[in-house]
Amino acid sequence: MGDLGWIFISTLLINNFVLAYFLGLCPFLGVSNKLEVSFRLGLATIFVMVVTALCAWILNTYVLIYAPYLRLISFIVVIASVVQLIEMAIKKLSPTLFRALGIFLPLITTNCAILGLAIFATNKGYGLWEGLVYALGAGMGFTLAIVLMAGMRQEVEKANEMPKLIKGFAFNLIISGILSMAFMGFAGLFSSS
Amino acid sequence: MAKEQHAYEEFMKGLWRENPVFVQVLGLCPLLAVTNSAINGLAMGLASFFVLLGSSILVSLLKNYIPKQVRISCFIIIIATFVTVVDYSLAAAMPVIHKELGAFIPLIVCNCLILGRMEAFASRNTLRMSIADAFGMGAGFLFALVALGGAREILGVGEFFGLSLFGPNFEPWVIMILPPGGFITLGVMLLYFNWVEERKNQIDKQLAAEDGVN
Amino acid sequence: MSEEKVEQDAGPEEPSPLRLIGTLAIAGLASGIIIIAIYLATFETIKENKARELRESVFRVLPNVTKMQKLLLKEGKLVVSYEEEKGEEPIYAGYDDSGKFLGYAIPSDGPGFADTISVLYGYRPADRKVIGMWILASRETPGLGDKIYKDAAFVANFDDLAIEPPIVATKKGKTKPNEIDAITGATISSVAVARIINKGNDYWVSKLPEPGAEPAYVEVATPAASSEPVDTQAP
Repeated sequence: MGDLGWIFISTLLINNFVLAYFLGLCPFLGVSNKLEVSFRLGLATIFVMVVTALCAWILNTYVLIYAPYLRLISFIVVIASVVQLIEMAIKKLSPTLFRALGIFLPLITTNCAILGLAIFATNKGYGLWEGLVYALGAGMGFTLAIVLMAGMRQEVEKANEMPKLIKGFAFNLIISGILSMAFMGFAGLFSSS
Repeated sequence: MAKEQHAYEEFMKGLWRENPVFVQVLGLCPLLAVTNSAINGLAMGLASFFVLLGSSILVSLLKNYIPKQVRISCFIIIIATFVTVVDYSLAAAMPVIHKELGAFIPLIVCNCLILGRMEAFASRNTLRMSIADAFGMGAGFLFALVALGGAREILGVGEFFGLSLFGPNFEPWVIMILPPGGFITLGVMLLYFNWVEERKNQIDKQLAAEDGVN
Repeated sequence: MSEEKVEQDAGPEEPSPLRLIGTLAIAGLASGIIIIAIYLATFETIKENKARELRESVFRVLPNVTKMQKLLLKEGKLVVSYEEEKGEEPIYAGYDDSGKFLGYAIPSDGPGFADTISVLYGYRPADRKVIGMWILASRETPGLGDKIYKDAAFVANFDDLAIEPPIVATKKGKTKPNEIDAITGATISSVAVARIINKGNDYWVSKLPEPGAEPAYVEVATPAASSEPVDTQAP
């Protein structure tokens, strides 16, 4: 299995950003109560992640070699700017899409998954293509997790017998734990050589 | 004298009543990721505390000079500066801990707790109160980190801060130090806090009813 | 009295864009200065920490070694290097007290059970054998996969291991000089380590100089202070 394939599947399933690395938990636990909404947030996140991975690679290759101590600040500035630009672009190009996605974009800025993506990709020394595939896998993994979560929460809402104590974050966390356990089953997906 | 009491209340608020993790449910990303052992939790707690305190002081001192429109950007610049300082300081002074915490040190920047405190408190209150708030929230966060890390370490490895508790025949509950264990342990702890809150409400209601009758 | 109050509550005027940009610029500048200051203050210590960590792992995989130096592949030949170069793929040569070459320490990595495993292994070209192995980074399952570094018996597999034919992990008990015993319950992790070392050999063995023609140890009083910036997050 080629390196790129491994990176993609590994990030999507085995080392899922949310369920294995605990990134992006704020939207995952906070916004995942409606399936449709969660899916759109996921798509927006994928897009932002891929663009961020590109910018991070450019920064790493051409700028940060001379000043690695500016890495954190420059990443944050870039992420905030990217999100801002994307928001303006979507607003101009497709008002319908903007109305559907618009509120989520500022939320994505503080999503630790984006900054985490940039930092992890840097640490692993990924080149341009590896970084982009990594971002794609991470974003899709995030979307997968949040959509599953939303689906489960919607089902649970229909249940009548939920004790009041467990409603809210406590329950969501326990569901996430079980989901995370399920995803652990993906480990070893590629190890048959 | 009244101000002293006020500051103390502020501190206690962060520690228990409005604990950033168990009550406000903030700062989850670093929380779950580094609490696979008590010592890691402690290290992350202290690092976050330093960033929170420093940022609170600076923001509170400069609050009259930062225009409202760019305040979030300024907060982030201040927080990121402190985080970079912590990152390099740890890499130099405690390389082992730095390696354990790894990429999660820079991720302190996205800790919604710190940014949230800047916005909600430090930018609107005096220096003294902001320091008290930072101490309280920081202590509360540290407490949560060590509690979670300790619980997971005790169940998952049978150790606490590296000291073996149960001897060699202990069958460790390995899932506890893996990601699902993080989620579930925090969920159970939140459950406990909900229960405590619920009991308190019930008792208050009972007392109010009795008072009403009297 | 109430008129005064109303005037005061009329609200501050909108700050000019110049003020906004100015504030951000000052904040950025101050931040930059502080960051550069802490960077310079910790530069030497971080460099030393990294060098020490590297030395320790190299000495672990090459027994009896007391000196080492870094080698880079330049135009097909292995040369000694002191500078830190971006994207370099170094290997390390180990020597004993008298400067005699003892072996190479070769880093390699690849997918394991959970995530990438990073390995450093010692290789002696004279008899084409692996003479030591050390796991640099792994996220294998605690209690099972993590035995690849916690189980002394598994690590000892690599103290005297032939590399041709390529290393194979067996479950039944090793019989051939190129076999290692896989860990019960962690077969995949064990196989991964073997595969990672084979991959390292595939890449390096053909590029190494003839036995006896290895770069000699160059004694330096203090290695040329590298002017390249140091990364806290670099692997």
